[in-house]
Amino acid sequence: MTIIEAHNIRKSYGSLEVLHDVDLSVREGEVFALIGPSGSGKSTLLRILDLIEPPSAGELSVFGIATVEDRGRWLDLRRRMGMLFQRPIVFNASVYDNVAMGLRYRSAPGDEIDRKVKGALEAVGLSRYVGSRATDLSGGEQQRVALSRVLVTEPEILFLDEPTANLDPGSTATIEAIVTSLNREAGMTVLISTHDLMQGQRLAHRVGVMIEGTIAQTGPSREIFHEPKDRRIARFVGIQNIIPGRVVSLREGLTVVVEAGGKQILSATPPPGEEVEMVVRGEDISLHRREPGFEEAENLFPATVTAIEPTAPFVNVTVHCGCDLVALVTARRAETLGLHDGMLVWVSLQAKAVHLIPRSGAG
Amino acid sequence: MNGNPIVEGFIEAINLIVTLNPQVVEITIRSLYISLTATFFASLIALPLGALIYFYEFRGKHAVISTLQTLYALPTVIVGLIVFLFLSNIGPLGFLRLLYTPGGMVVAQTILIIPLLMGLTVSALSGIDRDKRYTITALGANRLQTVVTIIAEARFAVMAGVLLGFGRAIAEVGTVMIVGGNIRGATRVLTTAIALNTSMANYSLSIALGIILLGVALGVNIALSLVQRR
Repeated sequence: MTIIEAHNIRKSYGSLEVLHDVDLSVREGEVFALIGPSGSGKSTLLRILDLIEPPSAGELSVFGIATVEDRGRWLDLRRRMGMLFQRPIVFNASVYDNVAMGLRYRSAPGDEIDRKVKGALEAVGLSRYVGSRATDLSGGEQQRVALSRVLVTEPEILFLDEPTANLDPGSTATIEAIVTSLNREAGMTVLISTHDLMQGQRLAHRVGVMIEGTIAQTGPSREIFHEPKDRRIARFVGIQNIIPGRVVSLREGLTVVVEAGGKQILSATPPPGEEVEMVVRGEDISLHRREPGFEEAENLFPATVTAIEPTAPFVNVTVHCGCDLVALVTARRAETLGLHDGMLVWVSLQAKAVHLIPRSGAG
Repeated sequence: MNGNPIVEGFIEAINLIVTLNPQVVEITIRSLYISLTATFFASLIALPLGALIYFYEFRGKHAVISTLQTLYALPTVIVGLIVFLFLSNIGPLGFLRLLYTPGGMVVAQTILIIPLLMGLTVSALSGIDRDKRYTITALGANRLQTVVTIIAEARFAVMAGVLLGFGRAIAEVGTVMIVGGNIRGATRVLTTAIALNTSMANYSLSIALGIILLGVALGVNIALSLVQRR
């Protein structure tokens, strides 16, 4: 069942347009990650979906209820959702009073508040601070207070706005583990925004890439990482090779593309047009010392090593073969191959690892 | 003792304070009474008005706030003059018979510090950052709960504003001189007594009252720093 449905959402502050043409549907019980660079509008979109602020235009329904016409129900709907912000927010009061806020707003009975607050603080390991002033705690502890404050209200949809951007790896792992178990055990729907691709991949069933105020592509993270729809998405998901070329023919179900240097490369993608760009992830390019005897890759050609750049535990190796290709190999393999500048190597590349996108006029 | 008149005045001033000279005690109590009362009434009026300005969007909101900020520096003699005109026999409020009474002085000081308290209330509430307001909304607060939470969160900053208002009231001389008239035993306060005694070369009393006034200011400052540390 669809729990959030947004159509053509637009948001501007004065003359500044932050969101445009946003379409999104989130299924009940799903973990959905919004990934995108800073300033792409992720936080604004989450606030609109959580009914904290209204969109300037567009349609939004939450829990199957259209919200644009019916502002009177916002409070009730909002009380079924919860949001954790990037910056740890605590109020100048005791840890207990901080965590109790949401329940008090809902006029929960005192003994229920007491039981839930103490239970939640136990769960995040902050029981001993129950009477302390929340502003005296460290950033990581404050974020755990903020998370407990959201969770005691038992939201059906949980929004997380870059919840771990300021945290150490330990606190990040704790928060990720809590989110995963809430989703699996309580069936909570989770929307998380992050600029950390790996986090999106770890947590989410589906990913939406947000670029310049709109969701440019939605799908399983594998698809986003290997088959980006355009150059901006390809760049954002960290694809090293984006090479312009021209489709010249079709051969045995494969597309033959010629790049500027004259080299023919085979791709398994049906041609999206004549002028294309080939999108190849560095880790899909294999390097060999001599021509491999048994190689299933459709593309196999010699090349010269022109640059070696360590990015532990990997090495970015640039090879020249008409065009420049960047291959990502493990540091250990680079050592085994004995790679050095000017060395002659063989490159193998599977046709299905060469993804084609239409060439964007502006680049 | 035939030394420097300033040193002599200082020694005698200490003596006046230590022996709780009746005139000194009476003037100090009247000063505190008038300014505390004025601060109380000004808070009663200015804090809700400041909150209204902060929470409601209306045309000219920015103009109102900058007017208030301009009025922080409202000259005390101007307020004194206006209140004097209103309360005098020829004025519209002359029938209240408040001129040259402590009541009239409370009115004048109340008017003097209302803009300061309103403006500082608005800025205390504005000090609650956007993310905190989003958090309150996201936690499911209704309108009234939101207002209460924001005011509670800004309580120390609001209190600091009130203390500053009291500091301005007790230290000013313009309105109490014009509206109170500096009548001995009736409307004489610390600042007007210092002005009068200094011009009469009665330095020891002036210095004694000055030390007390400084002490009050110091007390306000200590309270302020305690509040701001929260």
